[in-house]
Order: sequence, then C-alpha cells, then structure tokens
Amino acid sequence: MIQFQYVRTSTPKAAVDAVSKTQNARFIAGGTNLVDLMKRNIMTPEKLVDINNIPLKGIEQQGNKIVIGALALNSQVADSKLVQEKLPLLSQSLNAGASAQIRNMATVGGNMMQRTRCNYFYDTAMPCNKREPGLGCGALEGFNRMHAIFGTSEKCIAVHPSDMCIALVALDATVVAAGPKGERRIPFAEFHRLPGDTPEKDNNLMENELITAIEIPDNAFTRNVHYLKIRDRASYAFAVISVAAALHIENNTIKDARLAMGGVSHKPWRLSEAEKALIGKPASEKTFRNAAEIAMQGAKAYKHNAFKLKLGPNTIVQALKNAAEPV
Amino acid sequence: MLRNPCESKEKSLNQQIMNEAFFDKKDYKSLDRVDGRLKVTGAARYSAEYQLPGLVYAVLVESKIAKGTIKSIDSRAAERAPGVLAVISHVNAIKVPGYQTSNQHPSEPPVNGQPLRAFYDNNVYYNGQPIVAVVASTLEKAQFGASLVKIQYEKEQHKTDFDANMDNAVLPAQAKKNPKSPVADYNRGDKNAFVNAPVKIDAEYVLPTEVHNPMELQAITAYWEADDRLTLYDKVQGTQPTQQHFAKEWNLPPENVKVIATFVGGAFGNGLHNWPHETAAIIAAKQVKKPVKLVLTREQMFTMVGYRPYTWQKIQMGATKDGKLVAINHESVGQTSSYEEFTESTLQQTRMMYASPNVNTRYRILKLDVSTPIWMRGPGEATGAFALESAMDEMAFSLGMDPIEFRLMNYTDSDPDKQLPWSTKYLKECYDAGKEKIGWDKRKMQPGSVRSGEWLVGYGMGTGTFGANRGAAAVRAQLDADGNLLMQCAITDIGPGTGTAMVQIASNTTGISTDKIIFQLGNSQFPKAGNQGGSSTVNSVGPAVQAACNALKEQLKTMIASKGGSNAAFASAKKEDIVFVNGQVQIAGNDSAKVDIRTLFKQNNIQKMETTQESRPDENRNKYSMYAFSMHFAEVHVHPLTGQVCVKKVVCCGDAGTIISPKTAANQMIGGATGGIGMALTESAVIDHRFGRYVTKDFAEYHVPVHADVPHIEVFFVNKPDTLADPVGSKGLGEIAIIGVAPAIANAIFNATGKRIRELPITPDKLI
Repeated sequence: MIQFQYVRTSTPKAAVDAVSKTQNARFIAGGTNLVDLMKRNIMTPEKLVDINNIPLKGIEQQGNKIVIGALALNSQVADSKLVQEKLPLLSQSLNAGASAQIRNMATVGGNMMQRTRCNYFYDTAMPCNKREPGLGCGALEGFNRMHAIFGTSEKCIAVHPSDMCIALVALDATVVAAGPKGERRIPFAEFHRLPGDTPEKDNNLMENELITAIEIPDNAFTRNVHYLKIRDRASYAFAVISVAAALHIENNTIKDARLAMGGVSHKPWRLSEAEKALIGKPASEKTFRNAAEIAMQGAKAYKHNAFKLKLGPNTIVQALKNAAEPV
Repeated sequence: MLRNPCESKEKSLNQQIMNEAFFDKKDYKSLDRVDGRLKVTGAARYSAEYQLPGLVYAVLVESKIAKGTIKSIDSRAAERAPGVLAVISHVNAIKVPGYQTSNQHPSEPPVNGQPLRAFYDNNVYYNGQPIVAVVASTLEKAQFGASLVKIQYEKEQHKTDFDANMDNAVLPAQAKKNPKSPVADYNRGDKNAFVNAPVKIDAEYVLPTEVHNPMELQAITAYWEADDRLTLYDKVQGTQPTQQHFAKEWNLPPENVKVIATFVGGAFGNGLHNWPHETAAIIAAKQVKKPVKLVLTREQMFTMVGYRPYTWQKIQMGATKDGKLVAINHESVGQTSSYEEFTESTLQQTRMMYASPNVNTRYRILKLDVSTPIWMRGPGEATGAFALESAMDEMAFSLGMDPIEFRLMNYTDSDPDKQLPWSTKYLKECYDAGKEKIGWDKRKMQPGSVRSGEWLVGYGMGTGTFGANRGAAAVRAQLDADGNLLMQCAITDIGPGTGTAMVQIASNTTGISTDKIIFQLGNSQFPKAGNQGGSSTVNSVGPAVQAACNALKEQLKTMIASKGGSNAAFASAKKEDIVFVNGQVQIAGNDSAKVDIRTLFKQNNIQKMETTQESRPDENRNKYSMYAFSMHFAEVHVHPLTGQVCVKKVVCCGDAGTIISPKTAANQMIGGATGGIGMALTESAVIDHRFGRYVTKDFAEYHVPVHADVPHIEVFFVNKPDTLADPVGSKGLGEIAIIGVAPAIANAIFNATGKRIRELPITPDKLI
C-alpha cells in the first residue's frame, strides 16, 4: 500500500473542507471496497477523510418519505423495522449482498460508491479505461461473462455491483449530497452514469461532494415485492443477474409496478417501459413474460455473456411471480 | 411454496451426525481433535507465525507476461524505499548450488522435468512467475518496495489456450521410456470391441483448472542458523521430503536442514511439491543474513503452488442391451507447464472399477505456457470419475436401467486390471446403505418427473476409488514413570486429524487412556515419514505406532518377567494381553499379574523406556489389489427458469477399512463432499488467453462453496478392517471423500432437468 494521510471529521462541512484541501483525497466510511482497492494499488488516495464520526446513521420517517443517513450500516438498514415494514424490497436487496460481516461494516453511502468488480479493473497488469483512461477495455474482447448488456460503450462494459442500488432505483429514491456549494438532491436514476467516453466516472457526484442521506418516498410496495439474485454460488457472490420487482396489486390487477435490474449495466438499470406494460394488466405469467420481453429490448451481448439475454427475462418473470405471490 | 430450497434448508445437522452416527463397533471411540483447542484458540503456530529475532519480510513480484525474457529490472526506487534491505532477482541472486550441478532437480522429483528455478535466469515461462523478491524490515515496506520495481520484457508468442492447442498433446516422456508406466497406453481384451457394441455412449468431458486454495496461504520462514545450517518453518505436506529437497538444492548434509510444519492450515496437495517461493525465501535469508518470512498472496496461490489441471476427456462405452459392459475407451488430455510433465491417475479407475472385458485408455499431456499443476485432492481419480461416472449414468439411462442396478450388473469381485483379488471391497454395502439414506426410491427414471413447488428434483450417484497406499514410516515411543506415552514422527497433519488418529491407535494398542498420550509430528528431525498425501498416512504411520507400542510392551514384559516370582507369568503372556491400566501394567484376565510402572522403573533405575520402530509395506501388496471405495449420492433441486441449483442433500459412504477416528473421519468425508460441490457447481480458474493471465484469482471471482451451498451431508462408513492392506486395517479416506461427488451432482442435475452437462462447473447459465 502506498502511504497516505488520514484525518477524522465529525461534521459534513468539516469533511467536505478536509477533502477539498487535497487534490487526491477520498472519504472513507466502512472501507469495505476502498481499502481493497488501495491494497491492490488500484486507488491511491493521498488522503483519507474518515467520516464515521459524523452523526448520519439515522433511519426515520420524515413526512411522506423515509430518510436513511448515509452512514447507516447495510445490516442496520436491512434489519430496521421501519424499512422491513415500508420498504421490504430494500431490506431484501441488502440481505442479498455481500456477507454478514461486510454488511456490518459497509454503509449506505459507501454501497452507492462501490467500484465495479470487473476483473480487468481489479488487475493493474490488465488494460482498463475505468482504472486508467486510454489503456483500452480488457473485458470488451476478454472474459466478459459478468459484464453488461445494456448501455455499454466501446470504452467500458463493466457493471455496477450493488444490490441495494437496484432496489433504490426502483423505489424512486433521491440522493442528498453536501458539497462546497451547499446541499443538493439528485434523483437516484441520475446518480450513477453510463460509461460513454468517460468510464472513469461512476456517478454524477461533483468533486468533494459527500452523500449525507437517501430519501425514499412512501409507496404502496409493502407486500408484493421480491429481489431475486442469480449468482454463481448461493451467497457471497456478485449478481450474474438480479431483479428488483415491486407490484401494487388490487383484485389481481396491477395498479402500479416497479422493475429494475442488476448485473446488466454500468448503472442500476430501471425498466420503465416494462413497468408500463405491467400496469393495468392481470398479475399473470403472460403479463410478466410480455414485460420481460419489453425489458430486454436493446440488450446487446458479448462473447461470454450471451446467456444473459435469456437468463435476464427469465429472472424478471420469476421475480415478478415471486412478488405476486409472496411467501 | 418453496421459494429457494437452499435458503429454507434446516440448520446443518452435520455436527450432530459427527457426534452420533458412528457405530463404535468395538475398537475406536469418537475422540475430539487432540489439537482442536490449540487451533480454535489461536495457540497453534503455523509457518508464518514464528517471530524469530531479526525477522524480515519478503514480497514477490511476478511476471506480467506469459512467455519471453526479462530485458531489464529497474530496482533503484525500490532499493531507496524506506526499510528495504534487498531487491533480489536473477541479476544479483546468489548461486544456488543445486541449480548448477544438475539439469534435473537433484531430489527425487514428484514431477518429471526441470522445476522452475527461482531467480535463475531471465526466462519467463508463464504469467505470474516469481521474478523479484523485495526484502524489507516490515511487510508493508516490502509491499511498497515491490510496487516500485519496474520490469521490462522481451515478449514472445505464448500458448495458454488448451482448446486451441489440443492437437499438440503428447505421450508423457515417462510412458515413452517405459511401456509399463501408469500413463502409458493401456489395452485389455479386444481393442475394437466398442465398434460393435449393441448400445453405445460417446461423449467428451471438460474439467476446468481448479486451484487448491486452502485457507492458510503458502508461507515459509527461512533461517540460516549458520552458513551451513538451515531451518525452515514451511507449509509443506512432508517435512523429510522437503528436508531432502533443500539439502540437495543447497548441497548440505540432510541433518543440517531442519523443516518444521507442526500445523498446516489445509493444503489439498499443493504442499506435495517444493516450489520456487521456498527457494526465494532461502536465497533472501542467505543474502540479507536474517531470517526471512515469505507469505504468498491469494493471487499468487493461483500461479505458484500448482492446481488441478484443465483436462479434456472422451469416453466411448459399449454395453449389451441387458446391461453388460462390452467396452470402455477412455482418453484424457491434461495440461502441464512447458518445463515439467505433470501426470496423474485420471484413467486408473476405468481399468479396474467395472467388469468390462475390453478396455483401452490413452493418456496425453499438453504443454502450455502455464505453471506446473500438482495433485489436488482426489487428484486424477476425481477428474476421471467425473467422466467415468457420468458416462455410467448416461449408459444406464440409455439402457433404461437404474444406475445402481447397472453398476451391480458390472460389479467385479476381483481387480480386472491387475488380475488379483481385492484385499477387501465393500462397495455393495455402500450402495445399499446410501440408497436408503438418500431416499433413492423417490427417484424416477424419467428426468423432470419429480418436483418440489416450482423446483425440479433430481437424484444422482457416483462411485469413487483410490489406492489403499502405504509407505515406510517410523515412530519413536517413550513411556515415562507416570505412564505417559510420548510419540514422535516426521509426518505432517494438513487437517485430517493425524495426531488424533495416532493417539487412538496407541491407546487401542496399549490401553493407555488417550489423555496420557501425546503424538508429536511435523518435524523433520522426528523418525521417518513421507508426505501426507495419497490417503496413505494412517496406513503408513498407524502401523509404526502400533509396532512401537508393541515393542514397548515387549520391553516391559521382558523387564517384568526377569524379576521372577508372580511376574514370571509375563514371560509367556501374549503382547495383545498386556494392558496399561491406571499406571499399572497388567495381563488381561489375570488379576494377580499387575506391576506398577513407577515402581518397576525405580527398581530398574530408569526414568523412561524408549523405542523407535519402522513399519513397511509387506508382500501382501503383490498378492492383492488394494483400494478404498466410496459412494456418493446427491439430491438436487434446480429452478427451471433461472437455472439455480441447490444441493439439498448429500449422502456419502466410505469403504475405508477400519475407521480409526470416527469424528475426524467424518470431517474428512464432509470436507471432501464440500470440495466435490465446488468441483461440480462453482470452481473454475479462467485464463484470458490474450495475456495468458488468470482473470478469476481471488475469493470473489474463484468461487469455493460457502455454507449456503453446502447441505446436510450424511456420512457412513462400512468400518470393516482390511488387515491385508496394513496391520491397523485402514485403507485411507482423504481422497475417496471427493472422488465421485461431482458426477453424483451432475447426474442428479440430469435426473432433475434432462440436461447432461459435461463441462464443469455447472453454473446457472448452463441450465436455462
């Protein structure tokens, strides 16, 4: 590991100030991803600004939304009574991610800031435009089994690794960020980016901005929800494909629907057209299959991930079936 | 509705099974691991945990190309970095005497060829080869120094793609030299019998590269106590083989090389070879004149300490319509490095498992620009069993026969390969017990017929076998006046519980209670032992323990009888009747013949009594064919839409002779079944052939099964002694624990889905 400075702060402003003072500084919370990246010399910040002492761990109802502090632990959110009752999809997605030990360390803000797990990004001997712009994309012609099928570019076909974010994009969450110019709100769907020509940028957070909270509006998706994650082993593996499905069903008719996918894109992939195809229809396998086909429009596979073109819609159908008939 | 059978499964009953299920028929009772407390409290010291005075740390820098030469190494920045003591490469490494004197490595090689020599010249043979060692006062400083080393290469075209190069596979050199070599072409009966067989199967099977990946990383602490005296705390499977190896490599008398491996945190075979990182640490220790510790990274475990080779197989199987095997042709191509010819027994079981009159086997190796493979648990047999036992299932299905019925139809009561009687074989007993335990009667011949909610349910089975190997071993036994028995042997314990089993054998032989017996191991200065590998430890060391205990009894008997009087009865007592009870030596069934050990030693003016006994394989090895057998059954649930597989239950039955240590034996079987689940469903080390470099090389990308993948594993043993194999009656079981598991799961998946997957691992994408 390369040497770095380390400071602790206890307010968002102090943290933003501290990080603004050094060119290559990073916030650190749980450190479950950043420390790995530093050990492998993939990220080499000169300064770490520890934000764990900032009081941002709350999970509470504020008016018609639930507000989750950026430093709330993944396990704390997953186990929160309020979240389980009002946002069960979020709780399910969190429990599908990582391991119990990591969920006990990792924070909500950090979860959003995770870097991709692309094999080429993780190996400094391999080309990767995300790690070092201009080196080329190793995955494009390489071992791309885990890679994206939506929104790719010639520069990058990596996927966003989070489970939690798939639920959050489905639930219309808003990101609250504090920066040198004050606080601002970013719709979750606009938080993460597609790779385009700048795959080195994972999200639209501005320089020195700190995520302070996530806001999720009240919704009717308290019963018919399911987060289905298909992976290469039963636990502690990133999604090959995951689907967050939420239905509001009345008299077997779908009143409202939310659908998002993980393991398919550089950002949490919301399936808005498929949602439209669900609304007003009976909650049946035929409806789900139709929505899944719409969802897959525009998908593009690479050498090793063509199976996602079939596993994707199958997983959507199954997630919707599970949501329609909760255990 | 069952949403996911793996999530809803009951809590593992394995522990309960281990405590309860073993019929302690007569001899051996369940004993907790004698070193269990040391292990769980952290008191057990592993090779990286010896904090010698002045200890410094070495970190290896690996090649980033797969083939070529090193043009230059810029080590200036590293040398200037704080705490860095040396940057060592072929440019400045001291001359290793053994490198200069012989082309072939001086010690008895486990693998034919020229092992990779650390820092010897500027050749690069594979991606991930150790090129430079940075030695520093702390690990972090060594790591930082290593990050500053810049290496320039002259690249050459490399070949790592097995499929693209398979036409270049060759007969191993040892088979060219010796037509009787186990890897030479084999024929029994009519060479062309397959062609005219009434029912035929012809299929290819692929096993990807798998990596041992024990929990403990490979580690060595090398210490030159004097210019000509070397001590190694080394994670290896054999202390004396390692001692011999490095004595020759450094041109030292063996007694000047001491190898300590008291505790080994799993190895699965990767400690059966001595590797360049060990020599690197020894060179570094010599150059900086301090003890050097070197621990591989997880990533380096993929390229520096062997792996199970990528293997292609083809089986042609012919049978009559009523299910008699007519012919089996089995071909295998395994990958190896460009500099060593690694071979394994992939095809052995095809020659002996079933009563086929006509058998051909053909073994080839493919030399690629990769590191050398090495035996990985259940070595070639586990690879071969995947093909053979899958093919048996395919044939049974073609014949419309139950897979067990088909196997029984072709059961053989003697070894058709060696044409010798079995020493023992209780595979039928395994079939019977396993069938009942897995609920085989619920299986339907037609795939996809059984469901649990949305999930397809399937049942499958696979047979395993492995030679009941035995080598020479010696044990020193020492009895003190308090009746404590201390034993020593150079053998290692890589996890199976060797100390525990040996304490039980000693207790069983002497009657001394297990808490008064200590078995010390893992030190090259102790009496003779080879590697712990090939399921040979209990069969080799166990008889030496027995012999040493019996020799002690003889000494005691003579000593007691020489006193005359009532003790004269001892002179004619059989050694089996001499027992130790509460510090007294007794003749069983004769209450008057009792002698207190303390008094006896005092009378004879001795502190303790000692003997060292060696035990060797006997001529029975030429008269009988000796194998351990196993039977694995699996129940799987497969989701038809998503391809998720849940192994719901595994039943394992071992025919391993006498079960010495029921708990640790069960532990072996459960661990083997878990490894088999990994083979079947999750494990695969993938190379990007453009770079010749692994892309799945950590625990996030190389998937070993986690608890959620591992179901209830029920373990049974036949527990009948094989005293022809060795005097303790054991046949070994570390290997048979995994051999046959992967095909059992693959066969169960076929039974569930009708999809025959012949390339492992069976990930969800292959089932949709």
